[in-house]
Amino acid sequence: MIIFNSYQKNTLNLDPTRCINCGICQTVCPHAVFGAGDNVAVLASPESCIECGACMKNCPVRAITVESGVGCAEAMIRQAITGSKTATCGCGGDGEASSCCCSGDEK
Amino acid sequence: MITTANRLDHFLARWGVNRMGHRVEPGLYRLGNPTPASPVFASANYTLSFDALRSALTGFDAYILVLDTKGINVWCAAGKGSFGTEELIHRIETACLTDVVSHRRIIVPQLGAPGISWMEVLHRSGFRIEFGPVRAADLPEYMNTLTATPAMRTVQFPLRDRIVLIPVELVQVLPWAVVATLVVGVFLNWMIAAQLLTAVLAGTVLFPALLPYIPTKDFSTKGLLLGALVMVPFVWLGRAAGMTPWMQAGYAITSLLFFPPITAFLALNFTGATTFTSRTGVRKEIFTYIRVMAGMLVTGIVLAVLLFVVRAGWGG
Repeated sequence: MIIFNSYQKNTLNLDPTRCINCGICQTVCPHAVFGAGDNVAVLASPESCIECGACMKNCPVRAITVESGVGCAEAMIRQAITGSKTATCGCGGDGEASSCCCSGDEK
Repeated sequence: MITTANRLDHFLARWGVNRMGHRVEPGLYRLGNPTPASPVFASANYTLSFDALRSALTGFDAYILVLDTKGINVWCAAGKGSFGTEELIHRIETACLTDVVSHRRIIVPQLGAPGISWMEVLHRSGFRIEFGPVRAADLPEYMNTLTATPAMRTVQFPLRDRIVLIPVELVQVLPWAVVATLVVGVFLNWMIAAQLLTAVLAGTVLFPALLPYIPTKDFSTKGLLLGALVMVPFVWLGRAAGMTPWMQAGYAITSLLFFPPITAFLALNFTGATTFTSRTGVRKEIFTYIRVMAGMLVTGIVLAVLLFVVRAGWGG
């Protein structure tokens, strides 16, 4: 469905001129965004990117850029209300409880 | 071994009891009877993460290096950076890992990758990172084959994973919802009170369970649709309660304007608990729908007041 889809665009960018096809982006990506190309990695499913930043953090030649951050409405709304600079989950500090993201237990 | 006490701890963690208190002491742990050649696994100091790892590795001889993530699971801690390069290097040093094991490899859960740079860890500690599978349960197979299949590398969000999140969502909003329901019921009308509670429960219980089956991609539109659907029985009940056709129509429109945004707002807040929403997308949703939700809510209130006045006028 094309309408009512806010998740078609994101900030992921792959620079093929830098890529050395090492494959680490395919290893770390939890949504199979990258695919193996002949000479360089390819964006197989860019719209699946959740901007976690794992690929950028582990790319040895800095071929990948992405504005990573938490995809959490609660954190962003709180950020807007409190006026803090960065959106972080409430689960970050001691004490404050929030459902934001920290409920997952994937390992 | 996972004991009954561990299981109780997991249960309480799921219900949000003592939210940040489900911790393991950071440091190096021995599993079975490890030798200097045994593998080293990194984990978070959240009991659910640590116990998932050690129960998956039952029967293995290994070391577990627990990072101090303040009681947060691997993925979220990696996003914040507490499951990160600095902390990992710090733990390698304080555990004297170079003296404990003869090799220089650490198996890090794949979901730790947003916080850990393999190049920097290698450069500064001499240890080579192997990113293991997403789920601890796949570790035995991974240890056999030493490769993770594409399925082991991707995050899913199946029904079971969504259901376990319901209690913690519920615990947060239910006290407020119950108070609001009682206030509305006592001072206004029990039908409206029931509608309010239904809208909240739809957003916190039904929404996570039905997430992939509700049409559209945006959480806000999914929430509005679900919120409208759960109002249908009330509109039908209102019809049976002997209202005039005009009042019925007014009641139906008011219900469909006022209550679905409540469900939608709770649905939008569930983005943070899911495994597949990007920050860019969520931001776009907030900019697009918050004003729509607010507009519907305010219009609903105005209409409700008008209906009340009109009915009072006719009655008198």
